[in-house]
Amino acid sequence: MTLRTSPEVGGMGHSIKRKEDPRFIRGKGTYVDDVVLPGMLYLDIVRSPHAHAKIVKIDATKAMAVPGVLAVITGQDLAKYNLHWMPTLMSDTQMVLPVEKVMYQAQEVAAVLATSRYAAADGAAVVEVEYDPLPAVVDPHKALEPGAPVLRTDKKDKKDNHIWHWEWGDRAATDRAFAEADVTVKEQIYIPRIHVASIETCGCIAHFDKVDGKLTVWMTTQAPHAIRTVFALVAGHVGLAEHKIRIISPDIGGGFGGKVPVYPGYVIAVAASVLTGKPVKWIEDRMENLQADSFARDYHITAELAGKKDGTLTALRIKTLADHGYTDAAANPSKFPAGLFHVCTGSYDLKAAHVEVDGAYTNKPPGGIAYRCSFRVTEAVHTIERMVDIMAHQLGQDPAAFRMKNFIRPEQFPYKSALGWEYDSGNYGGALQKAMDGIGYAELRREQAEKRKRGELMGIGISSFTEIVGAGPSKHFDILGLKMFDSCEIRIHPTGKAIARFGTKSQGQGHETTYAQILAEELGIPAADIQVEEGDTDTAPYGLGTYASRSTPVAGAAAAVASRKIIDKGRKIAAHLLEVAPEDLVYEPGKFSVKGSPNRSKTIQDVAFAAYTNHPQGMEAGLEAVSYYDPPNLTYPFGSYICVVDIDKGTGEVKVRRFLAIDDCGNIINPMIVQGQVHGGLTMGLAPALFEEISYDEFGNVQGGSFIDYLLPTAVETPKWETGHTVTPSPHHPLGAKGVGESATVGAPAAIANAVVDALWHLGVRHVDIPITPPKVWKLLREKGVTE
Amino acid sequence: MIPAGFEYHAPTSLGEATGLLARLGEDAKVLSGGQSLIPLLKLRLASPRHLVDINRIPGLAYVKEADGTLRIGALAREVDLDESAVVRDRYPLIADATRVIADPIVRNLATVAGNLAHGDPANDHPAVMLALDAEVTATGPAGERRIPISAFFTGPFETALRPDELLTEIRVPAPAPRSGGAYVKLERKVGDFATAAVAAQVTLATDGTCATVGIALTNVGLTPIKATQAEAALRGKRPDEATIKQAAQLAADAAQPDADLRGSVEYKKDMVRVLTARALRKAIERAGGGR
Amino acid sequence: MRVQVTINGEKHEADVEPRLLLVHLIREVLRLTGTHIGCDTTHCGACTVILDGRPVKSCTVFAVQAHEREIMTVEGLEQNGALHPLQEGFMAEHGLQCGYCTPGMLMTSHAFLAKHPAPSEDEIRHAISGNLCRCTGYVNIVKAVQHAAAKLRETAGAGGAR
Repeated sequence: MTLRTSPEVGGMGHSIKRKEDPRFIRGKGTYVDDVVLPGMLYLDIVRSPHAHAKIVKIDATKAMAVPGVLAVITGQDLAKYNLHWMPTLMSDTQMVLPVEKVMYQAQEVAAVLATSRYAAADGAAVVEVEYDPLPAVVDPHKALEPGAPVLRTDKKDKKDNHIWHWEWGDRAATDRAFAEADVTVKEQIYIPRIHVASIETCGCIAHFDKVDGKLTVWMTTQAPHAIRTVFALVAGHVGLAEHKIRIISPDIGGGFGGKVPVYPGYVIAVAASVLTGKPVKWIEDRMENLQADSFARDYHITAELAGKKDGTLTALRIKTLADHGYTDAAANPSKFPAGLFHVCTGSYDLKAAHVEVDGAYTNKPPGGIAYRCSFRVTEAVHTIERMVDIMAHQLGQDPAAFRMKNFIRPEQFPYKSALGWEYDSGNYGGALQKAMDGIGYAELRREQAEKRKRGELMGIGISSFTEIVGAGPSKHFDILGLKMFDSCEIRIHPTGKAIARFGTKSQGQGHETTYAQILAEELGIPAADIQVEEGDTDTAPYGLGTYASRSTPVAGAAAAVASRKIIDKGRKIAAHLLEVAPEDLVYEPGKFSVKGSPNRSKTIQDVAFAAYTNHPQGMEAGLEAVSYYDPPNLTYPFGSYICVVDIDKGTGEVKVRRFLAIDDCGNIINPMIVQGQVHGGLTMGLAPALFEEISYDEFGNVQGGSFIDYLLPTAVETPKWETGHTVTPSPHHPLGAKGVGESATVGAPAAIANAVVDALWHLGVRHVDIPITPPKVWKLLREKGVTE
Repeated sequence: MIPAGFEYHAPTSLGEATGLLARLGEDAKVLSGGQSLIPLLKLRLASPRHLVDINRIPGLAYVKEADGTLRIGALAREVDLDESAVVRDRYPLIADATRVIADPIVRNLATVAGNLAHGDPANDHPAVMLALDAEVTATGPAGERRIPISAFFTGPFETALRPDELLTEIRVPAPAPRSGGAYVKLERKVGDFATAAVAAQVTLATDGTCATVGIALTNVGLTPIKATQAEAALRGKRPDEATIKQAAQLAADAAQPDADLRGSVEYKKDMVRVLTARALRKAIERAGGGR
Repeated sequence: MRVQVTINGEKHEADVEPRLLLVHLIREVLRLTGTHIGCDTTHCGACTVILDGRPVKSCTVFAVQAHEREIMTVEGLEQNGALHPLQEGFMAEHGLQCGYCTPGMLMTSHAFLAKHPAPSEDEIRHAISGNLCRCTGYVNIVKAVQHAAAKLRETAGAGGAR
């Protein structure tokens, strides 16, 4: 991409240093737990040891006797205000605090309010709860069997644990294609539950000011406006009107989707503050975070792929069971209970496809959408990339060549997939070729053949994914009815500096820098002169927040559109200053010049000053604009990843020797930041592929509910990621940019899984579910007679 | 995350410390590195009424060789072992182990003595000291007594220490010439306890046979396990692939692991087999002069 | 109990419960909020501070244990308005994203470089293996530490030590 601005201006394509860093490297960030307000109280939560149990009695006597404890809040207390249940983002309902029964281990049961953090913990330790355990429903297959205990006894007419059935695609055409196929492959793929585990856990400080009736909530949230509206809808009946609610999302220590949902702790803190008129702080522990907050994945997938004997793919058929926990609280766009799972035809020109998903209730925490997944896209990509690899191996074809043959070709874009998505642009062959060249693919295959003769296990895995981000066009996308536009409001000051506010919320993605760079690109004002703000609902324009890689595609576009409105007005002011007609001016970033007389010009700074001091008669003063951008389509970043693994025959350990990621996110705002997003995304792809899982025993007891067993990779386990890119701009995005935050997490697990299976295919192994742990590999090896 | 309350004592002499322990009995716990104890307190899995912090007692933080033994004081930290040239050059088994205990930051506070005294079969030094035939010194109000390491671990989180005693010193016999040791630990990631780990220490005789052999196992039983049959199979024999293989199998047979998230019983036993062979090969190589 | 600690060169006194964790003394009593809390099982290292020259996880130390001892937190890295080469390195190499693990990484690296002025990449990765990061994938953190190491060797070579 040619740079249109100088490094001093710092527009798109420059790797300018981040504007947010100076406070973080000094330890001067403001995260929620850093905030202290006068008279602040603390909340600690008592949680259920049982996965499913009636609540017989809650005895707070001992807790109330602990010095500093002021109150113990239960579901009965909240029921008085009808706050004990609240809606979820999928229009299901969830408990804030239970009255009748608990439905997952670690569920909130009561909350202790105290004058200090330590007193609240002491109080929570001695609240006595008597439970009457009920049979736990843990396996979603069993949950849907006739006769299974009905979990949602709160829903009057519910007779089973089936939440919804959703399907998409042409079933008849797909079935026909399968019937006619030369070759079909079928596989069961389980993608287990994982948790984002950002290093900062969730929390809030709710402060209801009794004098002016305003509620201010400092909150770890990726979507402050949506939260404000939800609070107004849920608590409107207790007097909280939307103009009297302010959500402040300050510095956030990682979100990844885990800080989108409304957790009971927030609502209890708000209720406690409204009742006492004092600020109430609630910060969860790590174990609470892992065990109760929104999980990700938990899809039981049966996938089938059909093709011709020459390896041309023809059709895809998928049936999935989605384990949602006790309620559907996934943060999906409302029309899509399985998110964007139907992007599962991937990068391939499949003629027919059909996908169906059934959601089931189980005695587990709710969630499903999180962990950098773009609304179920990781599940979709993992499925298609595994199936394509199985088909290639079964036909004895090289997995790279097989993909090349079946990729959607550049001339087919914009491409309408068999499941109805219109992919904006792509060059899949280009990315894969670049990856192959970069890693030395042919040489690696030679090495693999040599090693195989000696009984050494080396694997090469490819993932050529298509991502789908930037939710989304108002025609199809809403969350709880709120359309998924996003916004940018820019105001330029007389001295040529600017402030811009957005409806999104960075949790480390560097928006203070990247948005400034977009504006610098459009307006020619140096990025250093542009202050970017997000996260305070009192001042920021309405937006749906940051998740699913939507900020650049939607709010970034809004920034461009708002800038162009400013340039339109600026043109008129410049024309006035230069005494020419507006159409006689040529604009380049930061400067209006007269056509044919380039030395007659005005800078954007001249124009800004004039907007307040010398604007044309009949024109309003000032130089500002706002855009609420409704994207015409999603954007489709893509990439090809190649992973090389060596397997230890003795221990079953999988060592990632090399991993090269070629990503294409269209035009790049800041190459350094994009690369950082890829590094981080790859690491959150490695983690579920080899290390992380949250599972449950038959009684619903969580396994992997602390960092002892929930294994986040350290710098030692993490490979030395190699990255590169291609650039295929989005034709519909004002900047040609696509978004990249989640691509690597979406694409990487399949590359790693494919590499492991590639290493073991000759032994008769077709598939391994992630996480691919040493005991899993060891079992396969020993079954195939391989040992050390 | 928040521990229950306790009374805190910071004695400045051994006498004062053991006196406190004698007086307070089961109500007290010793705080040395705290890297095993404090996490338990934070999760309220233990709520002792008294903590006796021994970190202010002078003269306990040493790692030195004297009179034919390596002496490690009660307050020697893992990092002190890691930085000790004596340990690195002459006790490679200990050097290997110290580098895989927890993580580098925890190792700045965690003590070797604490790693033994805690009695956790998942800790790494117990098997190391078993393989080295070490000895510990227990100091109580009545004075000192020596406890051979083979008698020290009596059960999960139980040791031969009396409630009024402190583990004040660990003594490891200096290795004879042509000795080598190695610790091989399989862990899911840095900072984890061992899925299984094996400590091996050998001394080769001039004819190349194994004069002495020590093999001990971490986290595959209720206590650390000395694989005596595996040792016997190698003692007096030339260590070749056949004898190593035999010893490795015997070590696996001696393991009594529980199934957990780290692996099944079969997996862990097989890991003992694999790791024993690897540890022996490395120990033998080091005994022969290689590193 | 009375506790006196020197933090970043300044003496502080407080009256605390024995069970008060050092990280809470630093964050809540002394209001130095650069040191963060990220877990409850001594894994994540977000709470790392330097105690008498060695990095420790301040969530697993009682404040009373730090009595009459010296502590350095991230707030102590900048001296007289001049950023430490590590701070410059993290900014130059994009070694941080959300910033939450960063103070812990800085403290660990600071103590590490004092002992190992010319580390290899693998040595750096081992040194920070007690500090978890979710955002960066560690690649640029390594680069940041290498950047600082080179800068420190340069200034040491030129006679100006830190």
